[in-house]
Amino acid sequence: MIDPFAVKDCALIAIATGERAHNLRELRDRLETTRPGCIYYHFWGGLLRASFDDPEYQNDFAVWAYHGLHDRFLAERLALIDPTDFGDMENLRRELIEIIEERLDENELVPWAAAHQQFHFIRSQIVVFDTGIRIGEPEELNEQIPQLTVGSIFYHFVDARRRTANRNDDFSEWLKGFGNTYGELLAQIAALDPYFKTLTELRSQLGVIFKEYMGK
Amino acid sequence: MTDLLLDRYQEIVGEDVINNLRQLAEPLKGTKVVHVNSTKEGGGVAEILHRMIPLKEELGLVPSWEVIVGDGDFYQCTKYMHNTLQGNRFEIPQPLLRRYEQTNEENAERLREQLEEADFVFIHDPQPAPLLNLCSGRKGKWIWRCHIDVSRPYRPVWKYIRSLVEPYDASIWSLAEFAQPLHHPLYLIRPSIDPLSEKNMELSNSELQEVLERFHLDPGRPIVVQVSRFDRFKDPAGVIEAFRLAKTFTPLQLVLAGGGATDDPEGEEVLAEARAAAMDEPDIHILLLPPDAHRTINALQRISDIVVQKSTKEGFGLTVTEAMWKGKPVIGGEVGGIRLQVHNHHTGFLVNTPEGAALRIRYLLTHRDKLAEMGQKAHKFVLENFLITRHVREYLTLMLAILRRTEERIELV
Repeated sequence: MIDPFAVKDCALIAIATGERAHNLRELRDRLETTRPGCIYYHFWGGLLRASFDDPEYQNDFAVWAYHGLHDRFLAERLALIDPTDFGDMENLRRELIEIIEERLDENELVPWAAAHQQFHFIRSQIVVFDTGIRIGEPEELNEQIPQLTVGSIFYHFVDARRRTANRNDDFSEWLKGFGNTYGELLAQIAALDPYFKTLTELRSQLGVIFKEYMGK
Repeated sequence: MTDLLLDRYQEIVGEDVINNLRQLAEPLKGTKVVHVNSTKEGGGVAEILHRMIPLKEELGLVPSWEVIVGDGDFYQCTKYMHNTLQGNRFEIPQPLLRRYEQTNEENAERLREQLEEADFVFIHDPQPAPLLNLCSGRKGKWIWRCHIDVSRPYRPVWKYIRSLVEPYDASIWSLAEFAQPLHHPLYLIRPSIDPLSEKNMELSNSELQEVLERFHLDPGRPIVVQVSRFDRFKDPAGVIEAFRLAKTFTPLQLVLAGGGATDDPEGEEVLAEARAAAMDEPDIHILLLPPDAHRTINALQRISDIVVQKSTKEGFGLTVTEAMWKGKPVIGGEVGGIRLQVHNHHTGFLVNTPEGAALRIRYLLTHRDKLAEMGQKAHKFVLENFLITRHVREYLTLMLAILRRTEERIELV
């Protein structure tokens, strides 16, 4: 007997670490030592915090490269990093540093930002709470997904990749408990990259996947 | 109409958002929370507290709001603090600092029992900051809420304030850029506006018409409005200059409207400077409004074509948020929290000079389709990010997080 899926929700609160970077070399140095939670926040935190819905770049490092350092080359390279491609934060950290070092090698001068445009390292705390909603059968997900809050989508589809053993989303982990029954559905969910989308778009696309699959 | 505030907010923000608040508040039911600031009227802090207190109450917390009371010297001192923390280089005279400390001691006598019994005490800005040291029997968590930009303070004054705020359990800042390093967690919470308040609620056409007539404004010509305290950092002279430059291209009226606040003694001086700069130009309307003229300010923002907030220093810039909520694109100074709200070509324009402001006024008035589109985007942006419901959610999250401060992940089950 598989336990029902417990729908949870979450709220994120940001904390300034006091660490700052004035130029690209400082950014590189800080990235070596900053806590993994900071790197996570600057890639994923934008999904749950107040931000403009139509960002030019998906992560804060790329945004700073563009607006703070006015380095379009670097901004484009950093923007292309998809954090879901990396098994953990340490690998993601290495990739970030690699790209920044490459750019430092290309430049005679170290790009710097004006005093009011420093990069501020931020981390977050996440408060998770139980909504009380329980889903007994996978077919019910078809109805439930469009009703979920964006906080629930973040927790089960994005945050899950940090805390589950398989670095997977919670829906997939739960469906696997039903054996091979939902193999095709699992493949479709796995193909959904959460990074380049807003949470509302993610919810909508998940809803379509479940609706089409369950409607067959 | 329902009597419950939460139901009224639900009509605006949706059921999800309100359910979210109720779930987060559940473990905090019965928690005694006291907010302390220095004015009941005028300024964004008082406006937020007016609505946040009843909201927290409906959610089951036990909130209260206290105001510290001082004389002219006290407010003069805290005004100097405000300006120097924002970067003005000025030595605050020792007698004024002594008055500041005495005023806090006097207020501590009155408030001590309540503050020491509270589970959470939120101290807003520098005015009541010494209270923590004066409440040695405190049992709850104390949080200093800094609403101003302390990114580049005048160091001697910051050093003094830092000695007062360092012992707090945490502090809250509107932006990471505004914060100074302290030996406690620096939480980041952006402020908000209240869509149900008199300043932001929908108004009837007849009320808008009445305001047009009261201030002799011509509805047939474009109206540009800046709403803010008469404060040099809001650059009223720069707005007048921008108006004059733009008026050479297009007919235009300017309204500079500001309310006084009881804790701002510098206002009259800046108002006089603005009047002198206007040189009796009939299309420049400088309005000193009473602190409770919320509906009038609401109406002025609604009858405007464009709202300007040409600050040279700004905390978050809630007047920008208010204007955007009313579907107006904003031309704002490229400073502080205005940069988070105004996105070029989407919700308005960021500018650095009177020339820049004049250029954008001219652009928007000659591209009416863009003006309308940007206004709609601005409204949606505020709906999703800057309403009081999001603000309350973050306060609740913060309280839960502070109760278990060492954890990155807090599971409430």
